Amino acid sequence: MARIIGEPIDRIDGHAKVTGRAIYAADDKASKLAFGAIATATIATGEIKSIDTNEAKQQPGVLLVMTYENAPEQAPWVAKAEDPFARPKPQFADKKIQYFGQPVALVVAETFEAAREAAALIKIDYAVTKGSFDLEAPGAEIREPKADNVGKAAASKIGDIDTAMRTAAVTVDSTYKTPYQNHNQMEPHASTAEWTGNLLTVRTAVQLVESAHQCIAATLKVPPDQVEVIAEFIGGGFGGKLPVYGDAILAALAARELKRPVKVVLTRQQMFHVTTHRGASVQRVRLAAAKDGTLTGIAHESLAQTARADDFVEPIVAPTRSLYAAPNRLTAQRTAVLDLPIPGSMRAPGEAIGLLALEQAMDELAVKLDMDPIELRLKNEPKEDPEKHIPFSTRNLVPCLQQGAERFGWNKRNAKPGSNRQGQWLVGMGVASAIRGNILRKAEAKVTMNSATSATVEMDMTDIGTGSYTIFAQITAETLDIPLEGVTVKLGHSSYPITPGSGGSFGASSCGAALLDACKKLKAKVDKGEGPQGLTAMGKVAPGDEYKKFAQFAYGAHFAEVGVDADTGEVRLRRMLGVFDAGRILNAKTARSQMIGGMIWGVSSALFEESPVDTRYGSFVNVDLANYHVPVHADIPAVEAIALSAFDGYANALGSKGVGELGICGAGAAVANAIYNACGARVREYPITLDKVLPALS
Amino acid sequence: MSQRFLLSRRLLGTTALAAVFAGRFAHAQSREIQIAAASDKPGNIDMQLDVNGETHKLSLDPRTTLLDALRDHMGLTGTKKGCDHGQCGACTVLINGVRMNSCLSLAAARDGDKITTIEGLAEGEKLHPMQAAFVKADAFQCGFCTPGQICSAVGMVAEMQRGAPSAASMDFDAKPVGSVEEIRERMSGNICRCSAYPNIVAAIVAASEGAPT
Repeated sequence: MARIIGEPIDRIDGHAKVTGRAIYAADDKASKLAFGAIATATIATGEIKSIDTNEAKQQPGVLLVMTYENAPEQAPWVAKAEDPFARPKPQFADKKIQYFGQPVALVVAETFEAAREAAALIKIDYAVTKGSFDLEAPGAEIREPKADNVGKAAASKIGDIDTAMRTAAVTVDSTYKTPYQNHNQMEPHASTAEWTGNLLTVRTAVQLVESAHQCIAATLKVPPDQVEVIAEFIGGGFGGKLPVYGDAILAALAARELKRPVKVVLTRQQMFHVTTHRGASVQRVRLAAAKDGTLTGIAHESLAQTARADDFVEPIVAPTRSLYAAPNRLTAQRTAVLDLPIPGSMRAPGEAIGLLALEQAMDELAVKLDMDPIELRLKNEPKEDPEKHIPFSTRNLVPCLQQGAERFGWNKRNAKPGSNRQGQWLVGMGVASAIRGNILRKAEAKVTMNSATSATVEMDMTDIGTGSYTIFAQITAETLDIPLEGVTVKLGHSSYPITPGSGGSFGASSCGAALLDACKKLKAKVDKGEGPQGLTAMGKVAPGDEYKKFAQFAYGAHFAEVGVDADTGEVRLRRMLGVFDAGRILNAKTARSQMIGGMIWGVSSALFEESPVDTRYGSFVNVDLANYHVPVHADIPAVEAIALSAFDGYANALGSKGVGELGICGAGAAVANAIYNACGARVREYPITLDKVLPALS
Repeated sequence: MSQRFLLSRRLLGTTALAAVFAGRFAHAQSREIQIAAASDKPGNIDMQLDVNGETHKLSLDPRTTLLDALRDHMGLTGTKKGCDHGQCGACTVLINGVRMNSCLSLAAARDGDKITTIEGLAEGEKLHPMQAAFVKADAFQCGFCTPGQICSAVGMVAEMQRGAPSAASMDFDAKPVGSVEEIRERMSGNICRCSAYPNIVAAIVAASEGAPT
């Protein structure tokens, strides 16, 4: 049997993507397509007093104007549900405004131009009420949630951190801030809906097809078997497309009303308010250590935004519970209920910003101890999960740190800040650890032999750029012992077997393990002489006791070198290396791309990304790509990612762990620590823009 | 070691490269396509757009951008709308061989121009060297910015061939050298949120190196 799983095979959907043939949600070519444009609220809290749609309706080509006054009946929003993404998403339910940018009207017209203009002509009078928009302002409603967004305890306490801090030889007690961030996938959220009799078909940009399927059916109060959801290609997700939004519901409602297909696409500007974002956070980290660097205490407390309409709790302190050993421990999470748009998951929710704080605090401790930051981390390597007291399934943080140090040339680093000046540039190196919880979810897969050398895979899983199509073809080809070219992978359709979709880095392992199971069953049948043509097998997977008996994580170590302009404080990344353990790698090429992508997201969180709130109006200020800065080519020099050869037999039958989010975990902290090493600026408020670096240079 | 390497004298300095890249814009055959025009709509204007060697006669709302004309009126959805404000580059196409954000141009203003979109780069099933290099280098993940990145890369190589300097050029009077710094600077109008940047640069380098001399 040829080894195919793990090989660096080119994406099987690559040809479609480089020729423009890949069909995304807004590319649907339905005939008689009508175009929808959404109008959004210009206040954050209050209600609509009056709404004047006359001028909009009179525009040539306008087919429909929908507001709360004439919106069809929909199921109500519910505050909590087992699958939050399957909840009804009623649009224009009443006159109440809960956040700035909330959709308040839809115009459908013969052309995009007419719809856009008419939407701008809708006149709304509002009665504004007072809202709460400032995370740190006194008076905001503070909650102490019992559980985080994945149902784990929001707080933990072991031993006595206060005594540990009082009695320690060396301590760190620092507060860090992370800003509001927006996913800004390249593809704006889009939906094209069409009714054929009673059957509604929605082509949409979503990560979780089944949740979208349930959500749309529930909202429109139609049976799920009368709704099909298609998401063959998705232009980036990063958590922002876990739910569907108004575009999907409004396209479906308008298409039913008009008896013709309707496309609704959010504008780039609307994406900032209509969709979820990562909430801002304030994080306090306390570390207590003996003179030799042994941690005696570790505490991580966070305050983050949640919305009044929802109750999302980003698990910011979760990684701190398992990264380092210490006898006295405390984690706690609070949320501030604000009248801002609803926050949600964004690439590595929790770790992505929690490690920006913890891993900078570790660097601060290393400086105080006059100890190498890698040595400090090695010194506090736990033998078991420090809070659950169960073994790790695998634990490869140490080799990641050691191999990375060797490859990066860490021994050339001078620990004294400002000691490496190269012309105009102060050059420094930083390191940080990565840890990301590994998740397996229930999944099913179907595989059918088309001939002795070809097969078709069906799953409602999505490929949001992660490489799903390709790794499933590899698993199928290797297991059935057929050529890769003989495998057809069909994803992103609600009629296919149900999977958890793309999210939480659980997609490849969950769906891959279900598919492996299906292929093994099918191969057994073929080996018995059945078929092969038309032979089918179903496979499935569900998390078992291994997730209770073992603490499962993926690991990594980031090494960053930056230059800080000695006069202006401008920070430039010079090079970066990540060494990761994500179990068995299913495709070395696509996995590397994801790791690099994650690392660059980390760089972005350290240096660029921020959505400031105008606390007078409750709106995000910089709602486009000219003002919300993400890295461009010129910002990103040599970035390399290396995966250790590994296999986690407790994770799943493939031995793989999630890789999509691992790269961002800790990456930004490595950049922050490199800035300190370069010039002595310890900036605890992300992003680290030059105005925050400058004071340390003068 | 300097990261600077030569895309080349060997390539950029020869007319061969111009043939490889610029030659793609010369369409051997042209045929006319009459779009079922809504010419009865008052206020529409007639235009003739030459896209990928085909002439499209259209009657469109004068506010229609080239991007929306391509996507909504010619069925060419390979060109993507990422921001509609010229801030992301996803809609990059080639106009007479020069890269341009199609969202920033009204369709009517392109009457008579030769427009090349991502659909017009390959010859049948044979990929343009830049397209093939993107696949091999895994220079994309979600693929949404990819048509724009590829069109931009093809146009950028032609720009360097013409000797146009960039902010990264060391000597504005000399012909630009195809260093990775030059490529990064010149490609910075094309955002990739998946952050395939290192692979995109590798693909552009490989496409240039692989071109016949």
